[in-house]
Amino acid sequence: MTTPIFHIASNTFREAVRDRVLYNLIAFALLLSGAAVLIGQISIDIERLVVVNLGLTAVSLFGVVIAIFIGIGLVSKEIEKRTLYTVLSRPVRRWEFIVGKFFGLAGTLVVNALFMAIGVFAALLYVAHAFHRPDGWILVALYFIILEFLIICSLALLFSSFSSPLLSAVFAFSLFVIGSFSEDLRGFAAMAHGGTRWLATAAAYLVPNFSTLNVISSVAHEQPVAAQLVVYNTAYALLYAGVALCGAVLIFERRNLK
Amino acid sequence: MSAIETNALEKTYSVGFWLKKQTQALFPLSLTVEEGEIFGFLGPNGAGKTTTLKLLLGLIFPTAGSARILGKEWTDPTVKSQIGFLPEQPYFYDYLTARELLQYYGRLSGIPGKNLSKRIDAVLARVGLPEVGGLQLRKFSKGMLQRVGIAQAILHDPTVVFLDEPMSGLDPMGRREVRNLIEELKHAGKTIFFSTHILSDAEALCDRVAVIHLGQLRAVGAVAELTANVRGQVELVWQGTVVPACMKALRADCHITGDTVRAILPEESQDFAIDALRRERLRLIAVTPVRTTLEQYFVEKLKTSEKTAGVQA
Repeated sequence: MTTPIFHIASNTFREAVRDRVLYNLIAFALLLSGAAVLIGQISIDIERLVVVNLGLTAVSLFGVVIAIFIGIGLVSKEIEKRTLYTVLSRPVRRWEFIVGKFFGLAGTLVVNALFMAIGVFAALLYVAHAFHRPDGWILVALYFIILEFLIICSLALLFSSFSSPLLSAVFAFSLFVIGSFSEDLRGFAAMAHGGTRWLATAAAYLVPNFSTLNVISSVAHEQPVAAQLVVYNTAYALLYAGVALCGAVLIFERRNLK
Repeated sequence: MSAIETNALEKTYSVGFWLKKQTQALFPLSLTVEEGEIFGFLGPNGAGKTTTLKLLLGLIFPTAGSARILGKEWTDPTVKSQIGFLPEQPYFYDYLTARELLQYYGRLSGIPGKNLSKRIDAVLARVGLPEVGGLQLRKFSKGMLQRVGIAQAILHDPTVVFLDEPMSGLDPMGRREVRNLIEELKHAGKTIFFSTHILSDAEALCDRVAVIHLGQLRAVGAVAELTANVRGQVELVWQGTVVPACMKALRADCHITGDTVRAILPEESQDFAIDALRRERLRLIAVTPVRTTLEQYFVEKLKTSEKTAGVQA
């Protein structure tokens, strides 16, 4: 990581912390502790299943919301407030600015997810009284959630590099929803005919495949995750985020900062 | 070697929903600023001053033309470590303290860590904010933010300093301090390119000025050279409250105060006016040439360019 990227990333992280983004952890902690206590009273033998499902889904949703709402303003807010002028008039290249912003937001989300993960394990310990070997798969599910964040961060940055925060939020959130149902979209493409089949197939491969990154249900049922899937998902997420980031850089490199 | 050199630099924006309409923000601009000079870039709001600055700093891209800063192409990344920039009405990351902001900018400018702290203390003291380094910028007044803006522009000891409306938002004391600072920078061998519409500042500070209006360069030169070409005026003062009838025809601007009359009129009407006062047996007290100010020159240039633009339209 070159020096300007590191400094821009650190500043982005600091901005998120000082803007009290990590306060979402309080809401998360309340949700999870409340759920754990409630589940302990009303469910029999499925406490672990419910806590893992609820906990990991909350980690994912909280992170996605933060990624979209911070990500969409990362570039446009700096242009609007003209803070970018004093950065880019220094020996900082535009691509370094974009990559620095990406790492700053990704870092914020990773730290946030780590704190939430501690919460999930604490709730699990509360309802199950001990950890078991299959609980290790929860870490894999968390890793996949972080990969999901990387894709969303890069998409939010891509949209932020050319459109307004509102439109960026609409685009990013739409892609998140469509991407979460990408397996269904592929199934539909396989059944369709003619132009619809072609269009649905193209859309299915173009939108991020968040379905493959979602193993929450499997790990909640104590099912293992194949090593092959870990490798495939890692390569897929890095490639997808990399391409989106390159797109953001290409657009931003040509943009007039009016 | 010139500090700044632009060669037919121009900027056209595509506007409208389909981006089909073209708006020329800057017509081909060729300008040279010598090293060690204080160069004033004058023009009313919307004249193209900020567009020019943004082009020179690589924040927007020219439609045509080129520029060189310190002998290098302005797109050369190494140039940026030698320039400082204060944007108009600066806004900074308000969650940072002044010291943190300067640390961030200092690191981005490549100032080594051990020198950075001392340098920050020095610039904060220089802009009159030695005590507030630990205060978050969201608590700063407009004038204080302007000072922080100046501090970040000179933090890395740049060779060329671009200042966009540096006096904006400052009280009279602050303006005087900034003037002193600009003069100090000049004495330290720096080149200062500053845009302003406050003409008294330009007149007091600049070695040379350029006047830009409606995106076109209207004049360049030393203040004395530019104002020398403006038709002069004289002020006549006489005793009494009587204004001879011919004064109106002589385009005299008359004001009666107590028992004296002051009239400002074109230089060429001076002899006719004095003759008229003698005929009326009025006692002449003073005849004083009115020094042409940069403001008069500026207003005259703007009127001419607006007429030209009107004719072209």
